[in-house]
Amino acid sequence: MNKFDIQVRESKEHAIIETAGYLNDALGEKLSEKAQELIQNGYTLLVINLEQTTLINSIGISILIEIIEALDEREGTLNFCGLSATQERTFRMMAIAKYAGIFPDEESAIANL
Amino acid sequence: MSDEHKVLLTIPMYPDMELAAAKTGSALAELKDFNEEAVEEIQLAIIETCINASEHSQSDDKEVHIQFLVTDDKLQVKISDRGVGITADTLDGTRLLGTPTLHADLRKRGRGLQIIRALMDEVVIESSPNGTTVSFTKKKTPS
Repeated sequence: MNKFDIQVRESKEHAIIETAGYLNDALGEKLSEKAQELIQNGYTLLVINLEQTTLINSIGISILIEIIEALDEREGTLNFCGLSATQERTFRMMAIAKYAGIFPDEESAIANL
Repeated sequence: MSDEHKVLLTIPMYPDMELAAAKTGSALAELKDFNEEAVEEIQLAIIETCINASEHSQSDDKEVHIQFLVTDDKLQVKISDRGVGITADTLDGTRLLGTPTLHADLRKRGRGLQIIRALMDEVVIESSPNGTTVSFTKKKTPS
């Protein structure tokens, strides 16, 4: 994966989006496009793996909130994994953890969809 | 007497220039052996402050001025712009709430200051019609 990149892996039941680099407005828009595409294609169970995402700014977080809302409208589920301690703390502070799951690794994030 | 390092940096308000400031802050924190979590918190506070300056200051010079002062036990960062200043309702978070969301507590925007206050040990905001200065301190915790 490139320094600034997004990869999508789809299975029958769920899809995993993996991001790398600085999650700002630019990468966030790309992430949003991929997520909306998956939702349009019928996926309602998503995992976003942030293990390779070094920093997330508040604009990136606002885009993640939009994805949560889009899934919420279709009664879907979004789980995050691979967050640093600071990212997890920020997500909890911003109430994201109330509406999306936070898991240490991809395996547990998928298992809890 | 503690070993003190001062760095002055001016960045233009271009996309992603906040990363240059964050990188400088993390390099200074690492120089003094701040732990990994503290370094990431410092980077995030710098990024959010620089983004706020770029988005809201409306400064003519389109520059953000940053002063770093690191000692053995703390890092102080002072980030200034020469913009129009910020209002009291921005400071207490009642402005910039963003588009209403499905859930009232999931605010999309206006969380930068909340993040900075939560991650740093001390935060001081001074604002006037001639500009804004956000100063914050991160203390080094024993590892």
